[in-house]
Amino acid sequence: MKLDLALRELHRSEKSLAADLLKVADRHKVDHEIYHVARDLARWSQQHVHELAEIGPRYNLNLKSDPPEEAQEDSGLLSTVRSKASELVGRRPEPGLLLLADLRHLHRVAAGVSLDWELLGQGAQAAKDSELLALTKRCHPQSLRQMRWANAMLKVLSPQVLAS
Amino acid sequence: MDRIVQRSKELLAEQGPSALGFYTTGQLFLEEYYTLGVIAHGAIGTNHVDGNTRLCTATAAEALKESFACDGQPGSYSDVDHADVIALYGHNVAETQTVLWMRMLDRLAAPNPPKLICVDPRETPVAQAATVHLAPLPGTNVALMNAILHEIIRNDWVDHDYVAAYTVGYDELAKQVEDYPAQRVAEICQVPAEQIHEAARIIGTAKRLLSTVLQGFYQSHQATAAAVQVNNVNIIRGMLGKPGAGILQMNGQPTAENTRECGADGDLAGFRNWANDSHVAELARIWNIDQMQIPHYSPPTHLMQMMRYVEQGTIRLLWVSGTNPAVSLPELRRIRSILSQQRLFLVVQDLFLTETAALADVVLPAATWAEKTGTFTNADRTVHLSDKAVEPPGQARPDLDIFLDYARRMDFRDKDGQPLPPWHDPESAFEAWKRCSAGRPCDYTGLSYAKLRGGSGIQWPCTAEHPDGTERIYLDGQFWSTPDYCESYGRDLITGAPVEPTEYRPMNPAGKAVIKAAEYLPPHESRPRRTPHHGPSAPMSRPPTAAPPPMRMNKPLEVGSEARPRAARTAPLGEVPGR
Repeated sequence: MKLDLALRELHRSEKSLAADLLKVADRHKVDHEIYHVARDLARWSQQHVHELAEIGPRYNLNLKSDPPEEAQEDSGLLSTVRSKASELVGRRPEPGLLLLADLRHLHRVAAGVSLDWELLGQGAQAAKDSELLALTKRCHPQSLRQMRWANAMLKVLSPQVLAS
Repeated sequence: MDRIVQRSKELLAEQGPSALGFYTTGQLFLEEYYTLGVIAHGAIGTNHVDGNTRLCTATAAEALKESFACDGQPGSYSDVDHADVIALYGHNVAETQTVLWMRMLDRLAAPNPPKLICVDPRETPVAQAATVHLAPLPGTNVALMNAILHEIIRNDWVDHDYVAAYTVGYDELAKQVEDYPAQRVAEICQVPAEQIHEAARIIGTAKRLLSTVLQGFYQSHQATAAAVQVNNVNIIRGMLGKPGAGILQMNGQPTAENTRECGADGDLAGFRNWANDSHVAELARIWNIDQMQIPHYSPPTHLMQMMRYVEQGTIRLLWVSGTNPAVSLPELRRIRSILSQQRLFLVVQDLFLTETAALADVVLPAATWAEKTGTFTNADRTVHLSDKAVEPPGQARPDLDIFLDYARRMDFRDKDGQPLPPWHDPESAFEAWKRCSAGRPCDYTGLSYAKLRGGSGIQWPCTAEHPDGTERIYLDGQFWSTPDYCESYGRDLITGAPVEPTEYRPMNPAGKAVIKAAEYLPPHESRPRRTPHHGPSAPMSRPPTAAPPPMRMNKPLEVGSEARPRAARTAPLGEVPGR
């Protein structure tokens, strides 16, 4: 049984997705659509981390349930620097390219998370673990939506960045 | 005008269409919007077109596109005469649509008055006349709607035959609203659970339910998601396409409906779907231009994104008509600084020398209604003709003449070398629009200026088969939502990502109503909190002091005194408006 490995990996990847979403939000604070939606979507991943931690003990795993919280992100010096920088370079076109790179990165991370849920769901079915399967059915669609969002924003924003 | 033309040509040569943006209004005539749409989407080929309808009726359009895959008002004002329950969601009709309110007051004063449900945090005249007044905390509308839907489903007030025959997505909704029992939502919204039960019972047992929605939902958190849940109430109760059973997703401005249907809000003319190549091809045929010329690689650029592009210096000519963004947009300090940039070529076309005009490189004085001729269509699809009564003052010209003058001097041509757009006055523009609307939901082919002069006020679709127009649409569960015909495949209500055609096709192959669920998210910029009662907003010539909620007052405000409300990103100083 290697479900614990899959769980551990998913816990790690969701945590880093939540952190990346918050980081990108800070970096593009003047782009309200990116800033607010990325923070909303980080909340999904935080919730997933929490739920994975709760189910962990059944597989002898001690997973931390405290993902990068918004509160501590907010007060962090790094975060402040990032969002200030976003305001300072607001008038320049380069952040447009940076945003495309960030969205591209988010898409790849979210795609990885989504695949991890896929794997866990397959494993849960084979192990006939209905509780674990229910968890994947709750969370997997949300990671797909995170990925589609990054993809959609890339489609929306890239024409202007690339053609101007 | 020569300066505008010269700058346009420079930018088109240097950067291409993406350097030009157009921001218009909800107050021109149909002919003017259509002309602007053809110039922007067809002749220039920019994706940067929006109306100030972005601030209000964009939510109405988006909510209808989510639920019915197409814009178009399901109900009719005459539904007020037949309904036994009228539910008004964030719609202070007594102060925003006084004639419609008179119609409701007539019903209330007559035998068998309808019951009124009012959802509004404030004690409005509608709230005072309501059977049940729900006053949720600002920013919690989705939670409240989910509770009402929860109750309707729990008590089985659902029209299951209707749901089975004419809708998709019911199970998803039932699952989503399970998490929103009245007890929990009472906490979130600070509304007593008994009131939620009572309102849901009246809505759930209504025989003819009319739902109306306006700014209290549109200008609040999760606007589209909340307005869609109102649609869901009528859909799962089978309350559509019958006298008294309808939805009025209201408009904030007199001709906002035309902004939407003619493409001046950025959508393609005639409710055509940018993500459907055959729609774009059809439009290219009507305009006699190359299909590649019409931008259709992503949704139209909404205004706030356009402002961001101006800020970054990639939109370099912005043409503002009939609206005053330097006063009406959020984050005014930033907006004014963006519009003040030297590198931006700002054109303002308006009746007045507005705050935005004061920042412009070129100001074009425009005529107002009664100084020009054109048609306008109100919120329930009723088309009127407005004839010119007096000459415009001074150098002011009708907006149509201004746009056509620009097109001629730019020397825009179609594939055969003919002038684009080919029309020259309001009536020829209207005739061209009729051809563009043919076969689409907003079909005007049965209308003409002569017919509208013979008795104005005809509801589209108006065709040869329905020469007197159409009072109600969506009769017998017939929608415009088949994948090949629909205007929009919708968006994810939380992320905003457009739904891909490949996802929509299998989801709704037979063109039914789409029931879309949404979770409640806490507001982005503030915790929900009670706000003091706002008066009507101040005159548009100066920024209203009524700051976005929340607002905490240390002492009562006196009319005429100075106040500095603080909100997440702004603390404007202004005069307290009178009532």
